[in-house]
Amino acid sequence: MKYTFKGGYHPPDGKEFSEKKSIEKMPLPKTVAIHLHQHIGAPSKAIVAIGDEVKVGQPLSEAGGFVSIPVHASISGKVKAIAKITDAGGNKSDAVIIESDEKDEMFEGVGIKVDYDNFTADEIKKKIAACGIAGMGGARFPTHVKLSPPADKKIDYIILNGVECEPYLTADDRLMQESPETIIEGLKLMMKTVNASNGIIGIEKNKPDSIKIMTDKTSSIDNIKVIDLEVKYPQGGEKQLIYAAIKKEVPSGGLPMDVGVVVSNVGTANAVYEAVALNKPFYERVVSVTGESIKDPKNVLARIGTPSSELIEFAGGLKEDIYKVVNGGPMMGAAMYEMEAPVHKGTSGILCLSKENAKVFTELACISCGKCVSVCPLKLLPTDIQLNIQHGKYEESEKLGLLDCMLCGTCAYVCPSKRNLVHWFNVGKAKIAEMKRKA
Amino acid sequence: MDKMLIVSANPHIRSKASVTKIMHMVNLSLLPALFMSYYYFGFRAIFLTLVSVVSAVVTEAAIQKFRKVPVTVSDGSAILTGILLAFNVPAYIPWWIVMLGSFFAIAIAKQAFGGLGFNIFNPALIGRAFMLASWPVEMTSNKFWANPVASFGAKTGQTMDAISSATPLNLVKTALKADPTQITCDILSKANDAGYAGATYWDLFVGNVSGCIGETSFLALLIGVIFLMILGLVNWRVPFFYIGGVFVFTWLLGYDPVFHILAGGLALGAFYMATDMVTSPISNKGNIIFAIGLAFFTVAIRIWGGYPEGVSYSILLMNCAVPLINKFTVPKKFGCVKPVKAN
Repeated sequence: MKYTFKGGYHPPDGKEFSEKKSIEKMPLPKTVAIHLHQHIGAPSKAIVAIGDEVKVGQPLSEAGGFVSIPVHASISGKVKAIAKITDAGGNKSDAVIIESDEKDEMFEGVGIKVDYDNFTADEIKKKIAACGIAGMGGARFPTHVKLSPPADKKIDYIILNGVECEPYLTADDRLMQESPETIIEGLKLMMKTVNASNGIIGIEKNKPDSIKIMTDKTSSIDNIKVIDLEVKYPQGGEKQLIYAAIKKEVPSGGLPMDVGVVVSNVGTANAVYEAVALNKPFYERVVSVTGESIKDPKNVLARIGTPSSELIEFAGGLKEDIYKVVNGGPMMGAAMYEMEAPVHKGTSGILCLSKENAKVFTELACISCGKCVSVCPLKLLPTDIQLNIQHGKYEESEKLGLLDCMLCGTCAYVCPSKRNLVHWFNVGKAKIAEMKRKA
Repeated sequence: MDKMLIVSANPHIRSKASVTKIMHMVNLSLLPALFMSYYYFGFRAIFLTLVSVVSAVVTEAAIQKFRKVPVTVSDGSAILTGILLAFNVPAYIPWWIVMLGSFFAIAIAKQAFGGLGFNIFNPALIGRAFMLASWPVEMTSNKFWANPVASFGAKTGQTMDAISSATPLNLVKTALKADPTQITCDILSKANDAGYAGATYWDLFVGNVSGCIGETSFLALLIGVIFLMILGLVNWRVPFFYIGGVFVFTWLLGYDPVFHILAGGLALGAFYMATDMVTSPISNKGNIIFAIGLAFFTVAIRIWGGYPEGVSYSILLMNCAVPLINKFTVPKKFGCVKPVKAN
């Protein structure tokens, strides 16, 4: 059986740079900047003050609501400032700046093995929330919220997303090969929280090693299976993955739970395990530092808040002048304003693009070739939506399904006229949100 | 680093596809057809194509200069219009008519609408319609059609000018006008009577018949379009349903479907004119409707209309319908299913 979705496109994947590189621990950064708001939902509120001594894993803030999670110190040292720092997305927001004492002391209880077999669903969720776990695929949605569906929504499946369809990135691939057991344990914990009877791990066929390891490790577990997905972007999109795995379409405007599914990244599953079993808050993650311009592409385990420039330095530095640094993958990542922007909970990669790759194209007129329509994984009309937005017809663009668009960028990738479709979709989405607020 | 980083919306990588590449690939794919037209109609075919291309390119550059917009003749789209327009004229048409036709195609049908991407109609076909309306004799009269002679035929003493004759579709039209009830006329034997010694399906297929200089060789155009399909630049649905539709409609009406597919400008129209990205619908479903409409109008004009050939007008007619087709063939969005009931 072929597991895939309709539409999509496979760009050259650039995985060869780092797919064979084992995860390496980064040296401790001298200072880190940890943003209080690095998830979807309400910002967290700082509970430390300037001058406070903090240890690794110590909470720096408390959740600012249900859809919110705290952040934790990623190094031990002294709180130097709480200031507005430019984040990877280019916005200035409050961050706790910690200066290292280079001792790397753990906060009380962090990293200590816990006997979690008898934890109830609520206890697990509380632990996940307290440890600040958010989706590590890039969207950074608080995991405990995902695992708290309303009572009338029965969850049948937890689908782990090990697709990693973004070109270049290999962080999930390496994690699956290097710690399959913890990912599977994390999956079991998540299944327990929502009482899901089935677990599925979806991996794209271009990661045969991961597929083999995960299949071997799950062979003795009846209700968890590994599926090999066709290699096509955006196979790792939540709705596309669900469709590929269980042939159900998440309703337009709906959530995976509407078809009885919760989708989570494999890295998140690993973090869930570490939170519950090791009492380890989310203070480090695997990041692929890659791209043609990097001397020695690597997969690194980096502390949250480490300046991206240090990761680049650790990966041998730059071969050539770079023109663009992307936080995340090339298709959906954010172009950074500063090389110093800190690693956040969703930083799956730091991608350095050379002059040639960072080329800014002149937008030409649409020639109605229909390529964008044939690749749109949500079967929208990207060109029509874009033209409507450009001409200020926001209602029309909404009718055509702008709000269904997940900004995957496949349309803009294939466009021969190099139209900046995603840019316009962003504009349209913002305008519609503004109109709704006013209404 | 002092240098500013480039910041833009995702995606940060783009495919290598470009409008320029697409247009040049289409131009390249027309080379077999150009060669066949040289083979059958001699150097005059090359000359007319050159006149048309030069006129198209110069017109486009001049108008873009005048409009104070970037000159984009290097994108190859004006060259394409020039080639296609030339492929639509008889071999002995005065060259200045082709030049004016090409001027009109670019100036009125393309640039007046805003240039590449904004034109509603296929520029080359508007150029052809303009020439047909302004110089009907030169565009249709028998004396301007060349009977194909392999260009080296001249060596054996045959001269191109000595032979001119009606196109196969002209013969059908004449026969139908003479006796409208005779719908199952044996076209090929008629063609033979009219001076096509041994005209067969094979002659129609390779292009060894009278006709516009670039349209006669089904084979050469097929090679070109297959090349484009392999590159993913032509949606196979349009030629397939267009030609298939013509086959079905003519067969249902009792005519020789194979003849109708191979004769006239159907191959050129179905492979190159109807598949023009700008003037065809966006979605696959839209393209199928578009193609079936084309087949219907082509057959209707050929059988019941005043002209022997209906390809160009049917494409222009269906070009008008494209916005409407697009409107009614908006694909069903992903996830527009009935909400799944909780168990």
